[in-house]
Amino acid sequence: MIHISIKPERIFSLWAFPVTNSLLAAGVVLVLFTLCALWYNRISKRKSKNSFFYLITLGLRLLYSLFHSVFGEKTDYFFPLLASFFFFILLHNWFGLIPGVGSLLIAVKENSHVVFAPLLRGDTTDLNTTLALALISVSYTQVVGVTSLGLKEYLKKFINLKSPMAFFTGVMETISEFSKIIAFSFRLFGNIFAGEVIIAIMAFLIPILISFPFLLFEIFIGFIQAVVFALLSAVFFRLAMEKAH
Amino acid sequence: MSLEAAKTIATALAIGLGVIGPGIGIGITAGKAVEAIGRNPEAEGIVRATMILGIAFAEGLAIFALVIALMIRFT
Repeated sequence: MIHISIKPERIFSLWAFPVTNSLLAAGVVLVLFTLCALWYNRISKRKSKNSFFYLITLGLRLLYSLFHSVFGEKTDYFFPLLASFFFFILLHNWFGLIPGVGSLLIAVKENSHVVFAPLLRGDTTDLNTTLALALISVSYTQVVGVTSLGLKEYLKKFINLKSPMAFFTGVMETISEFSKIIAFSFRLFGNIFAGEVIIAIMAFLIPILISFPFLLFEIFIGFIQAVVFALLSAVFFRLAMEKAH
Repeated sequence: MSLEAAKTIATALAIGLGVIGPGIGIGITAGKAVEAIGRNPEAEGIVRATMILGIAFAEGLAIFALVIALMIRFT
């Protein structure tokens, strides 16, 4: 049976810090993305630019107009964080679909017996990564709310003593803030991990060509999940800036 | 009933029952969005963006069920 594990496997240890295969993949994507970004910067300073530059600029413009529909005038303040979310999630989702990622195995010594583990694994199939992204998004929502409304005004949304009904609404708001963390992390983790599992199982059942439509579907899903994460974060930032009603 | 058999049945039930609700929800959302575009073809951009957002919320719930099913099956 194929080897599917929810936990990413440890490849080696760096002075008692375990480096998992998803962390290794994150390092690879980081290096590649930094090189692309530096090359984009160098081309932007030339007089005659090439189509790589225009393609990336088109992508950035579309992204900007997407967030502009949520924020209006204040898009410039939030755009760096939201675009970072989008590009991080998009690149990591698509990295897991590259041939070789998840299928090339390496022998890892684990408590004196040797197991075979994949060398690279898409970072968003690691619940740690998606949980970290969800925590960043939700805690920054609170920061946005407090800095734009003031601490007392912002807490009035959650602790509202005007009437029992309003108090209950405040409690529900608090619970829903915590459930956003779970929702963000599990939505992204579940979509990408389930996609990887489906491709592996389909290839196991019918080894000829059956994984190809699922691969195309997963490319689409990877893009949609990046858009959904960034757009949902944008909407929650916007809602945090509204007064309590 | 052995543990393996119970795990298999539990996996199938978890994912099977778990996607009924979101399936109906996504169908209703997409249907209303198509209706709105039909009534007002100029608002297609904003209707499509809002529909994608609504579908993502509903799909998230189906994904929760899928994650539990995978956890039951593979641990």
